Amino acid sequence: MYTFGIDIGSTSSKAVIMRDGKDLIAHVVVPLGTGTVGPKQARDKVFQISGLTPQDISYTIVTGYGRMNCDYANEQISELSCHAKGIHALLPTADTIIDIGGQDAKAIKVSPRGQMLAFQMNDKCAAGTGRFLDVMARVLNVDINNLGPVSEKSTRPVAISNTCTVFAESEVISQLSSNIPIEDIAAGIHHSVAKRVAGMALRLGRSQNVAMSGGVALNVGVVRAMSQELGCPVLVHPLCQSAGAIGAAVLAWEKFLKGEGKVS
Amino acid sequence: MSENTTLNVNTAAADTAAAPAPKPKRPKPKSMIMLGEQTDALFQNARIAKENGEKVGWSASIFPQEIAETLGLNILYPENHAAGIAARHQADPFLQECEGPLGYSNDLCAYAKVNLAYASVLNDESSVELPDGGKMVKPDFLLLTNNICNQLTKWYENLAKQMNIPLFFIDTCYNPYDYVTETRVRYVRAQIDKLIEDLCAFTGKTWDEDRFKKIMEISQRNSYLWERANNLMDRKPSPLSGFELFNYMSAMVCNRGKESSTAVLQQLNDEIEENIKNGTSTFPVEEQFRVSWDGIACWPYLSHNLRTLKKYGINMVASSYGKAWAIEYEDLDGMARAYCFASTNGDNATTMISRRIEALEKFGCEGTIYHVNRSCKVMDCQMMEVQRQISARTGIPFTSFDGDQADYRNYSEAQFETRIQGLVEVMKQNKEARANG
Repeated sequence: MYTFGIDIGSTSSKAVIMRDGKDLIAHVVVPLGTGTVGPKQARDKVFQISGLTPQDISYTIVTGYGRMNCDYANEQISELSCHAKGIHALLPTADTIIDIGGQDAKAIKVSPRGQMLAFQMNDKCAAGTGRFLDVMARVLNVDINNLGPVSEKSTRPVAISNTCTVFAESEVISQLSSNIPIEDIAAGIHHSVAKRVAGMALRLGRSQNVAMSGGVALNVGVVRAMSQELGCPVLVHPLCQSAGAIGAAVLAWEKFLKGEGKVS
Repeated sequence: MSENTTLNVNTAAADTAAAPAPKPKRPKPKSMIMLGEQTDALFQNARIAKENGEKVGWSASIFPQEIAETLGLNILYPENHAAGIAARHQADPFLQECEGPLGYSNDLCAYAKVNLAYASVLNDESSVELPDGGKMVKPDFLLLTNNICNQLTKWYENLAKQMNIPLFFIDTCYNPYDYVTETRVRYVRAQIDKLIEDLCAFTGKTWDEDRFKKIMEISQRNSYLWERANNLMDRKPSPLSGFELFNYMSAMVCNRGKESSTAVLQQLNDEIEENIKNGTSTFPVEEQFRVSWDGIACWPYLSHNLRTLKKYGINMVASSYGKAWAIEYEDLDGMARAYCFASTNGDNATTMISRRIEALEKFGCEGTIYHVNRSCKVMDCQMMEVQRQISARTGIPFTSFDGDQADYRNYSEAQFETRIQGLVEVMKQNKEARANG
């Protein structure tokens, strides 16, 4: 039986189709989020890749920032539970999950069965989120996808404030005008994000089994900085960006087993 | 596809044809009508007193108001008034005026920002339109204790200087203990005696011991009734929608020494009892989850908070905020002792945690919502540790959200929704786990 999970984020849309809550049939990431054509494109494309149609789907769960605006899903579930479930499916040993999304960051404590036990989220400020990295990449004139590799060449990361995106941006401009190498600024930016989010994660207690979820986990610089701030390795799965959508599809399968879905 | 299109069109047409009439609003309960009349009377009496040349005061919300009541003085409450302005979404011009022409910092308490700008209008220094026509009449004196926060002290000092009026101040001393020493009681009692003397001299009123005893009886009765109404929320399902109790706080904040509050609170208790007897509740949907609320109400978004909680069947049955006004004392020594310990001055982490754990048990709470209030650093500073310890000791999940008691700019509806939904998902799991043994 097939389930469909879609994670409509603030900056990207991720869609997956799974069979029996275990087999990933197709997955798609479209770099356009809620309020754009991104969610539709992601949905259309994932059906195209899988060769299935919406009629083949037994249960659909939507998650993410744009979850309230999806009219075809059977249910909407918060991205907290979906990332917990998704990372548990991908990296079952993880008991603490850090997800840095486009406009919020969260740390989630999960049970050995992948259930969310507790969570912490960022405050209203964008510092420590994916948006923060977008702004900084623009100031550095570095493609967001290259920010991580660039920072790996750093020998002396600079200190960047992590209390406010706007202040941090002006600090970065000031570092640039002082001819500080871009790689050192990029590394400083990653530490700035990591410090803020690690502080949040540590409120859930120390763990040696931390995983990162979401698109920012693809940035090797942030992962490295996070590992240093937490004092432990940080696991990352290649499908980390789709973890929320995968969690939604797994939860959809569990819901179906409870008799909440239509018979396919 | 065409079937779907036809179906959709038909459905829409049917929906339009059968559109239900708007749901009639639930009539206001009698206690709420009485409360509204009491609030109107408070402002009207102050205006009349002012017109008759009597002196009118402004007071901090946690102040032994029985003294002014005994002297027959009309007192208004800036914190309560600012909360009302914020709840009616009228705060913006005051915040702009305060942070702009008046030059105050954005980081100040938003009650202070709203009131300082309002006072500036009354003092002919600003021209912001007063949405209530200036019912908060210009004060002739100020009453203050520092058991809430030190920012209140600076706020009132500025008001006193700005308007050139006296500030009657009781220093309660910062209290790090979970008890009050006799030395502190004597220190505060001496200040209360001096306050009475000074207020009599300034206002021309005389102190009447018999009237004071009578006022104290009323005040104690009101405190009892207020606490009782809060405690009756322990019934399952709870007889009231918890947010409604926030509205009744003005009976205690502004009128605790008045018989009109006795009438309001007695009526409220009667209505709650009636709900309990009938198995009914003013909470509009089935109560699926019971939570406690930590911190001051997020007044600018109270309706969004309530709507979101209602959507998930969450009733807020316990709150540390409202109960802050259930203060008990019988005489001037008792008053001195109570105000040494009142509000945040009795909230060291140990006391705060044990009070909250007691409330979580008593009211059968399945979760807690912490309001991280940008306006109130005092209430926020211990919050993380309080969350951590309570959650570790009780296993009860929680969430927190950024907001503000009066500054609408410090809140995100989407963030609030996600946090509440996350909390619901954990509470639901816990409930299922309990049901499955």
